[in-house]
Amino acid sequence: MPNLEHPAYPAAALLHLEGLVPCRESQVSMLLSIFGERQQFSFPSIFIYGHTSSGKTYVMQTLLKTLQLPHVFVNCVECFTSRLLLEEILIQLQSCSCETEPTSPVPCDTFNDFVRLFKQALVSRGLQDQTLYIVLDRAEQLREMEANILPAFLRLQELTDSNVTVVLLSEIVWELFRPNVGCFDPLTLYFPDYSIGHLQKILSQNHPPEYTADFYAAYINILLGVFYMVCRDLKELRHLAALNFSKYCEPVVRGEANERDTRKLWKNIEPHLKKAMQTVYLREISSSQWERLQHDGGEPGQLKGLSAHTHVELPYYSKFLLIAAYLASYNPVRTDKRFFLKHHGKIKKTNFMKKHEKTSNHLLGPKPFPLDRLLAILYSIVDKRVAPTANIFSQESSTRGKKCKFPLLQMKIVSVAT
Amino acid sequence: MSDNAAARGDMSTCSVSKGCFVFKPSTKKRKLSQSTAHDFGIRNDDSEDTELRFVTCQSLWNQIKSETEKVQEDLNKQLLDNLMNFLSRFHSEFQEKTAEWTCRMKFREIPTAALVLGVNVTDHDLTFRSVSDFLQNNITPYIALLEAKDCPGIKNLMQKLMGQLMNCYVDVDSLEDEDYVQVSQNRIRCSMSSLIKWYESVTKKTDSETPSKKRTTSTHWQSPPVVVIFKDMESFTTKVLQDFIVICSQHIHELPLVLIFGIATSPMIIHRLLPHSVSSLLCIELFQSLSCKDHLSTIIDKLLLTAQFPFKLGEKVLQVLINIFLYHDFSVQNFIKGFQLCIVEHFYSQPLSVLCCQLADLQKRVHSLSHDQCENIRRLPSFRRYVEEQESGKQVALLTTDNFLKEETQKLLEDLHVYHENYVSVLRCLHVFTSSLPKYPLGKQIRELHCACLENQVWETEEYESSLQLARMLNKSDLVTMLQQCMEILLSSSGKEFDKTVEKLKKFLTEFENLEVAEAFQEQDVSISSQKELQKKTDLYHLQKTLLELKESRRSKKLTKFEMLRFEVVDYIDSLVRKYLVPADRRTLHEILYFNTAAVLRGHLNAAPRTALHTALNNPHWYLKNQALKCDGGSISNKAPDICIVYKLHLECGRLINLVDWLEAFSTVVMAGEEPNADTASSDQMDDIIHARFIRAVSELELLGFIKPSKQKTDHVARLTWGGC
Repeated sequence: MPNLEHPAYPAAALLHLEGLVPCRESQVSMLLSIFGERQQFSFPSIFIYGHTSSGKTYVMQTLLKTLQLPHVFVNCVECFTSRLLLEEILIQLQSCSCETEPTSPVPCDTFNDFVRLFKQALVSRGLQDQTLYIVLDRAEQLREMEANILPAFLRLQELTDSNVTVVLLSEIVWELFRPNVGCFDPLTLYFPDYSIGHLQKILSQNHPPEYTADFYAAYINILLGVFYMVCRDLKELRHLAALNFSKYCEPVVRGEANERDTRKLWKNIEPHLKKAMQTVYLREISSSQWERLQHDGGEPGQLKGLSAHTHVELPYYSKFLLIAAYLASYNPVRTDKRFFLKHHGKIKKTNFMKKHEKTSNHLLGPKPFPLDRLLAILYSIVDKRVAPTANIFSQESSTRGKKCKFPLLQMKIVSVAT
Repeated sequence: MSDNAAARGDMSTCSVSKGCFVFKPSTKKRKLSQSTAHDFGIRNDDSEDTELRFVTCQSLWNQIKSETEKVQEDLNKQLLDNLMNFLSRFHSEFQEKTAEWTCRMKFREIPTAALVLGVNVTDHDLTFRSVSDFLQNNITPYIALLEAKDCPGIKNLMQKLMGQLMNCYVDVDSLEDEDYVQVSQNRIRCSMSSLIKWYESVTKKTDSETPSKKRTTSTHWQSPPVVVIFKDMESFTTKVLQDFIVICSQHIHELPLVLIFGIATSPMIIHRLLPHSVSSLLCIELFQSLSCKDHLSTIIDKLLLTAQFPFKLGEKVLQVLINIFLYHDFSVQNFIKGFQLCIVEHFYSQPLSVLCCQLADLQKRVHSLSHDQCENIRRLPSFRRYVEEQESGKQVALLTTDNFLKEETQKLLEDLHVYHENYVSVLRCLHVFTSSLPKYPLGKQIRELHCACLENQVWETEEYESSLQLARMLNKSDLVTMLQQCMEILLSSSGKEFDKTVEKLKKFLTEFENLEVAEAFQEQDVSISSQKELQKKTDLYHLQKTLLELKESRRSKKLTKFEMLRFEVVDYIDSLVRKYLVPADRRTLHEILYFNTAAVLRGHLNAAPRTALHTALNNPHWYLKNQALKCDGGSISNKAPDICIVYKLHLECGRLINLVDWLEAFSTVVMAGEEPNADTASSDQMDDIIHARFIRAVSELELLGFIKPSKQKTDHVARLTWGGC
């Protein structure tokens, strides 16, 4: 295990940091060596990517906080326009170094303004001789903003001519970002997924105070045995661990088993966890409902999940309209005569079969159809005579807009009903 | 009211000849109501008691409206209570902020209530209004109602949300903000952080405030949750929802957000719209609102099957309203709107509807009837039927003496009210029986039974016969409970006629009780004796013989006492039905209380625009009522408007229509009536005029969407309807 070492920072802080970021030591030391000392210029932009909850945000945050490096941390989902993003950076910059209330935000519409204001802010906060880190979390959102935002952030050091490093955090690879030719390529860094060993280690770290670490570690072991196949998300696992721990402790609390009686404990918890995988994990029932169930000792079967309520009752004509739309979008036009007319004449059997064998229409997806066809099919499938009333037309008009999207049946039902 | 009348002017095609109504926008409310009252009488030449009719109509509608609102409130109570529980649970959790281990480890999810509301989208508004009112009054002042059409992007959503929460103008990204700084503090950055700041300042303020200062805040919780309601969750784009949830989940520690999703279809849609990474941020609980069919049943129960309101719906009208509900929209609101239309139409078109009032007012109103109104009464078909049945002396008196007529009318109307009261009670009793029969020959719901009874004499129908048959096979315990239910219904009804009936039912019940004891003895006796006999005979032949005998005896066995009693009960119910469930249109003067003009209602509520258009163009006489236009069969009159001629000619063509041929045919038709020997100069001029008329008619058809220019051939147009492309 590589110990973190860097001449610029005190060893105690580094040791503390190492304790905070288990299983990410190599990445941290890599980052530290890129950062260099406080006053040294660092690489202009760093791109860090890795799968969901591989610790990107957490590592960056702890690193910058523990070493007390000046930084700005922005979530790009939250700042959904470029203006919000730029202003947010400026606001944080104003408040990060001084304790006074930030003054009213200055409007900042363009990147040009931003560079100007940014330089001013740096000077006024006395940060010229230190590297400032701007961390943009969820950087993939930047692609949807104006075209100049991403390239400009990559070259911010050059544009502002000051000591600043932009760190982009994302879940997708850099190749999907690359805006155009001539853009500055950042230094890319990959955070690999946590292995099962890592997960075990990290999860076991936070054991509840009333139980021993070993007891909790054994629990985590069982939990991972069940859930590792479907979920490697650390956050989710921790959530699940917290939800089900009380059930695990039950035999111990009742005095039926002691803490070392792993086999008995396993027998108690394993079916419970499996049930949790089918319900809480999929958000079929909510975690609070799950907890209440546990508390009351009821069977999870009593509570119907979200998917259990699939039945949708529709008015009579809406139902047939929907069926007609389905038929019209999946049946080829030439079969209409055969299916919906009483005297349709002879069909050349061989020919028809041959064509039909080629591909299933369901694989090809729904096709658009003219409105008249929909109506004609509707009239032929409804038993009684349908009066062409305004009510039906109004239902159609809403169906028409979505004729290509038949798989979105639900969406249509709603529009049909309106 | 004026809206309704205006809508009538728009929708009804048959009122063209009868007059059209212009409603000038009036600023004063009183003036408006007066003018409406005036319009109320326009259609009828003799504007009898217009004012009074209008006032009666309004007060009746107000009563009905408050009644429906009450029903809605009662039905929503359960839902609201559940929501309240849900919110309070999360609220206490939020306030605790404990350092307990599980709380620390657990991921803080956004509490989300999924309200499954059913496909009747038109009713949702009302539900949401009651939900938000309820929350506003009891829990939190901070409620935002979002609709998908206002939120195409996350930006608009945030803007809308903050606008509703902070109650002020919020600016996101406007370009013209030269004066941004100086303008006002009202313009706030549209981000979550400013929302949080706002929340902190607001909660701090209310905390420092004395509770007496603001009455509303005292009922609210401390640090009340911010409730965001998505009215139509299905229509939101996935991205907007996802982004919003992700943003919210980052700030859930500072801002106690609660989401409410309005779902019209099934809760599955949540998983379909949101990926697992997003739905794992939510703590979703399901809430089912009342089903629209139950709601309708209650409404029918409270509005129609009651003696509270003098106004009643006839069979056909009720059928139209129910059909619209079942076939088209499932919307209770539309049903009530339709009911309102019936009321307005009834009071508007029936001059005698002035007598459609509470019994207390009846005498006064009857006596103040004018001579014309008396004549109106005499003209009613049901009254004429009644007169014919009377002896000759009374006939003369009824037809000539107004005062005698008035007294008779009052008596008859009072009878009608009593009839309705009794009708409802007996209908409910009958429903108790029919609703438990297998396969429900007379319908499961009371509304079906009601329709059947109004339609014609129910005891003559096959379904009634078969349900009586089935009722004769009911077992004892069912029969007893049913009789008890009937007794309760009859006791609770205000009619005085049912004293005897109740007595009779009581007698039946006691007889059933007595039976129990007697029968137990008998049964035992029979079984023991037969078994003994079986044991005696040993050889096969005799055994067979006795078994056969036993079978025979069982078949021809006399009816047991229970069976006799059962027959008696069913016959008694049958007699009640025959006595009380006479269809309303057999009753004298039913026209005054029952609205039965289904055709008008259908024209308004379930219009058929295509058919109307076709009729107008194909048979202009239908609407214009001009004798010259009357034509039979397929012939085309040259007196008809040009567009009708062009339309008829185009019906004979195929997919593509040659304009030259069309013009030729048009001019032939138009010229058919003209003198053939006109001089050439004037005929040339004539041709130009005809040409122009033709072009105008064709472009009108194009405007109506029957044809369009074709790109295949320049001198052709393409047909768009009936076999066109």
